[in-house]
Amino acid sequence: MHTLLSRLFLIALLAQSVALSGQDDHSGHESDGHGLEEFIYDHGKEVMHHIGDANEFHVWKGVHLPLPCILYAPDAGWTMMMSSAFDHGHKAVDGYVLNHGRVNRIVGEGFPEGEVAIGHIHHKMIEKDGKEKEVAYVEHDGKEFLLDQPTTYDGGLLGGGVTSFYDFSITKNVFTMLLGALILIIVFLTAANGYKTRQGMAPKGIQSFIEPFFIFIRDEVSIPMIGEKKYERFQPFILSLFFFILISNLLGLIPFFPGSANVTGNIAVTFMLAVITFVVTNLNGNRHYWEHTLWMPGVPIFVKPILTIVEFLGLFIKPFSLMVRLFANITAGHIIILSLIGLIFLFSDSGNNIGGAFAGGVLGMAFAAFMNLIELLVAFLQAFIFAILTASYIGAATEEAHH
Amino acid sequence: MGAIGAGIAALGAGVGIGLIGSKAMEAIARQPEAVNDIRSNMILAAALVEGAALFAIVVGLLEKVL
Repeated sequence: MHTLLSRLFLIALLAQSVALSGQDDHSGHESDGHGLEEFIYDHGKEVMHHIGDANEFHVWKGVHLPLPCILYAPDAGWTMMMSSAFDHGHKAVDGYVLNHGRVNRIVGEGFPEGEVAIGHIHHKMIEKDGKEKEVAYVEHDGKEFLLDQPTTYDGGLLGGGVTSFYDFSITKNVFTMLLGALILIIVFLTAANGYKTRQGMAPKGIQSFIEPFFIFIRDEVSIPMIGEKKYERFQPFILSLFFFILISNLLGLIPFFPGSANVTGNIAVTFMLAVITFVVTNLNGNRHYWEHTLWMPGVPIFVKPILTIVEFLGLFIKPFSLMVRLFANITAGHIIILSLIGLIFLFSDSGNNIGGAFAGGVLGMAFAAFMNLIELLVAFLQAFIFAILTASYIGAATEEAHH
Repeated sequence: MGAIGAGIAALGAGVGIGLIGSKAMEAIARQPEAVNDIRSNMILAAALVEGAALFAIVVGLLEKVL
């Protein structure tokens, strides 16, 4: 009993000293940076920053994993450097700066080339084409320079559009995708090796972890949806989809370094997954599929053109709903968890009220733990739904006639 | 406005998924041996209902941007 108490006391002391040293580190950082500033917590901005992509990987306070930046501007050619060259947004390199983790390009005239120290980056709301739009400016030499966001091909739908440069970097999301792919390759090569060396014997180690998933996808997804005869051709595709989405979802749920990237909550990623599904489905469509799509048999002639329009739109709506479902589910889950954690900062009145921060911490932590468990369910469920819907679309495209 | 729209969409999806869940429960109670088939079909139907709500959510988000 005595030893237990003294141990607890020791742990409490240790925890306190760690907390205190963290505080010292924090205040030191603030004073040697750019002076003390009024800190106002903007929840919406903070959430958008955390679910967005970034050109450097934030590991913990002051520690970043530099990632390669590959940038192309039509008027300046290719630029390549590591994101550490930006010094976390304190430096501009060849007219590029880091704004909230994303590379932006300085479009104003007369900005010097090479590495230049820069001042603050601040945001303003402007009116453009009758819409409120947020633009960023960087301070340098007492002047303000306008910043351009990377080009996105959303046609301005999500606030982007074609700008003065293109970003082909290995960003946080790309890094995590590669990491997920690497994990999957290692796991599956190990499992496949197990089947070779222990042929006809019971599975062992990681093999027995993977086998139930494999059997589940085969027996609950591929065979009922595509059919006993043809499922083997599509099994690798459906398994790849399932495991890629699953590992991306799970890595996205880890709140610190190797995870924390919002891969499947990025609409570009889910868009490409949906495009692959669209291509596979329609390339494997047989005669009956196209007949039913373009000129529906067995209905009166005046209904046929209407059904052709509906079915033709359906070709695109199916992958579109796949894309939106995965994106919205994962993004919504991340926003909810971030909002619950954000309660700490909201209740603390931007760091002025310690009691409020404590209350917010207790409340937010309890709900965030609960939400994380739901998100764990959603991670598996969404991977399963994407796989089963893809299988059902492929099944519909390859189904033989049964009149 | 976007938040109100998202709220109405959540209402519709909630009713839809609730109906699917209640029918699936009834079906499982009537025929417990078919639980696996019922479960996977239930998830599939729920995903389709959810899709409609998610379109509304995306429109709600777009409203904020546009």
